[in-house]
Amino acid sequence: MGFLEELRALFPPGRLLTREAELVPYESDALTAYRKRPLAVALPEGKEEVVEAVRLCYRHGVPFVARGSGTSLSGGSLPVEGGLVIALNRMNRILRLDPKARIAVVEPGVVNLEVSRQAAPFGLYYAPDPSSQPISTIGGNVAFNSGGAHCLKYGMTAGHVLGLEVVTPKGEVVRLGGESLEGVGPDLHGFFVGTEGLLGVALEITLRLLPKPEAYHTLLAAYGSLEAAGDAVSRVIQSGLLPGAMEIMDRLAIEAAEAAVRAGYPRVEALLIVELEGPKEEVEEEARLLAQVIRESGALEVRIAQSEAERQAIWKGRKAAFSAVGRLSPDYIVQDGVVPRSRLGEALKEIGRLSQEYGLRVANVFHAGDGNLHPLVLYDGKKPGQLERAEELAGEILKLCVRLGGSLTGEHGIGVEKKGYMPKMFAPEDLLAMERVKEALDPKGLANRGKVLPGYGQSPHQGGLKTDLGELYA
Amino acid sequence: MPEVFASSLEEVQEAVRTHARLRPKGGGTKPALSTPKEGETLLDLSGLRGILEYAPEEFVFTAYAGTPLKEIEETLRAHGQYLPFHPPLAEQGATLGGTVAAGLSGPMRERFGGLRDFILGVRFVDGEGRLVRGGGKVVKNAAGFPFHRLMVGSLGTFGVMVELSFKVFPSPRATQTLRLAYGNPGEALAAMERLRVLPLDLLALDLIPPATLEIRLGGFPESLGKRLKRLQEILQKEGEVLAEDEAHWEGVRNLRFLEEAPIWVKVPSTLALVPKLEGLPLGPRRYLGGGELLYAGMEAKGLESLRRAGIPHLVLKGAQDPLFPLPPEAFFREVKLALDPRGRFPLG
Repeated sequence: MGFLEELRALFPPGRLLTREAELVPYESDALTAYRKRPLAVALPEGKEEVVEAVRLCYRHGVPFVARGSGTSLSGGSLPVEGGLVIALNRMNRILRLDPKARIAVVEPGVVNLEVSRQAAPFGLYYAPDPSSQPISTIGGNVAFNSGGAHCLKYGMTAGHVLGLEVVTPKGEVVRLGGESLEGVGPDLHGFFVGTEGLLGVALEITLRLLPKPEAYHTLLAAYGSLEAAGDAVSRVIQSGLLPGAMEIMDRLAIEAAEAAVRAGYPRVEALLIVELEGPKEEVEEEARLLAQVIRESGALEVRIAQSEAERQAIWKGRKAAFSAVGRLSPDYIVQDGVVPRSRLGEALKEIGRLSQEYGLRVANVFHAGDGNLHPLVLYDGKKPGQLERAEELAGEILKLCVRLGGSLTGEHGIGVEKKGYMPKMFAPEDLLAMERVKEALDPKGLANRGKVLPGYGQSPHQGGLKTDLGELYA
Repeated sequence: MPEVFASSLEEVQEAVRTHARLRPKGGGTKPALSTPKEGETLLDLSGLRGILEYAPEEFVFTAYAGTPLKEIEETLRAHGQYLPFHPPLAEQGATLGGTVAAGLSGPMRERFGGLRDFILGVRFVDGEGRLVRGGGKVVKNAAGFPFHRLMVGSLGTFGVMVELSFKVFPSPRATQTLRLAYGNPGEALAAMERLRVLPLDLLALDLIPPATLEIRLGGFPESLGKRLKRLQEILQKEGEVLAEDEAHWEGVRNLRFLEEAPIWVKVPSTLALVPKLEGLPLGPRRYLGGGELLYAGMEAKGLESLRRAGIPHLVLKGAQDPLFPLPPEAFFREVKLALDPRGRFPLG
């Protein structure tokens, strides 16, 4: 039997999509500039079906991509041309929520925010909060080690994953980690998180839940320049405070947010949001110190949320900023890079200069607490050459991040979008080690083929890397 | 027993290329992990030490793997910062690399998480003598395969760590400790269970069998008194406030309570597992991190009972074959083959 026939034997009609019209929605993810036509899309409803599909791919040598809600901004769930898409949205059950153990065991298609919703009655929540959390799935969060606004204090997804059941690209099912915050032996589940689906598919995920903070103190400060806002962040850190979140938006992002959700922000050059959280007595003391720090930072205006509704209003604009930029421009690229926090000012100045040089507007929204920049490069795809220029500008920003000692990505992943830049951040030996691990677990190169690794010999960006690697292999 | 010293990256690479089987050692505080077996060469990394980069305003430092924790903590302290995962055996000379290889955290892991939550990057020499980097030197990073996380608890089986980068936090401004003695183990466990789901931001929450809880709070001196009072109200129990808590917790994090025992073991625990563990013939012990981490001293029969019960654990001192169970073959075997194809580095 051929591959498709065997798939049909495995999945009933309606859960195996092969017709052109059915495939179109799966051709792309949130990185819409790329499209690939898969051979078929399978919609498993249980982990056995995922395992069978992966084994089938292995037998026939067909590449596959696991997909959640398709919110990847780096093209992480872009299909492989002629390959299989394993769409996991139907596997959306929380299998176990154990407040006493402070864990949730979930299927990969569970939406991030749903975990916190289900944990709320017990006073618990799931901390990682990517902006996509109302739609993005835990499986995708695991693949990309998703972040959010609270990473300085709470870390990224990896820290919150205690255990995984995984099917390897060869079709072997394995349990990594467990249910305790602690483990013995190599942290294989920690290693799996962030490998972007190249080493297998997570079938079941055990998450750490935390007690929901008792009190919040949310402050919005307006500044006359981006530098002044960045400087305020440094002052907050130097004071010994550890806020749950610190976010900055520039004028363009503020305008977009206003146009989209009428957040009621002051129209200034830069806004800083600082949120403290913890036991009420502690937050009270921290708020006193924060007020003093902000007073000394030259803020033009300071607002403090007096109620949960006001707190939500402050966050509403920030959470909507990405999509809001769509009101200012027909198209835009969401970029994601990291610089050491103390070099934020330098990075922003350089981004401003690049924006001038390329003649393209750049809106800035970023997680200031952890140096995670999100420049939004605005362009018009209908104007010839604009997309290429925008991509080049976005690339310059990435190189800048690496040059300043940071990273190509804070949370969106490498995917297809940034794999060409990997040699800027990693030495040939580093990439070779990744290649070797990939090859050992996936000898046929099926799992999310063509992502993350520059793909020696195929990538337009390899720049002589192949010869170096040839020597390394010798 | 053959022995080789390496105090630079090049010397590590040289040693790896020269010796068929190598067992790295830092401070030697976990002899079950650092004592060479038949046919192994000891790779002494105590000379590979020093802090390479530390930017207090970034909350990040990078140091050589052989750097003693003590040296790192002194440097951090001068800037009002600390290692939030509170690694054990610092006083006895434990190094950063040994701590990562064993995957050890201490009592204050309760507040912000353990070692795996704070490691940011690594440079290690793989089984072929190649230098490999994973992660980075910034607090947020999702680029490339996270080899730094692979190193946690790895017992050095994928390669020799040379350099490590970590996230750090500002130290709590002030601390206080409440000790509560309960009538029986069930009551103590029930109280701990309650505290675990409350947003109290405890620095440490320990259970000392049979029935004592020790709770450490940290924060602004102005709020500590109020928070302590609230804790007493929640538990409807006065307890005893320790007069001097810093020295006490240093003793705990350095596992002083194990000193008399011949065998030292780390056990990943859960609340549900505590009663079962309490039924085994274990010696001096303490559950840290709200009951998620047990350090126990024992005799040989205690270790046997752990194995028989199928409870995962790691021996730090006093026995051979420290790791139980072995990692899941279908995933571990391949990663090991990719990074150490010649099997230079034993797993435990």
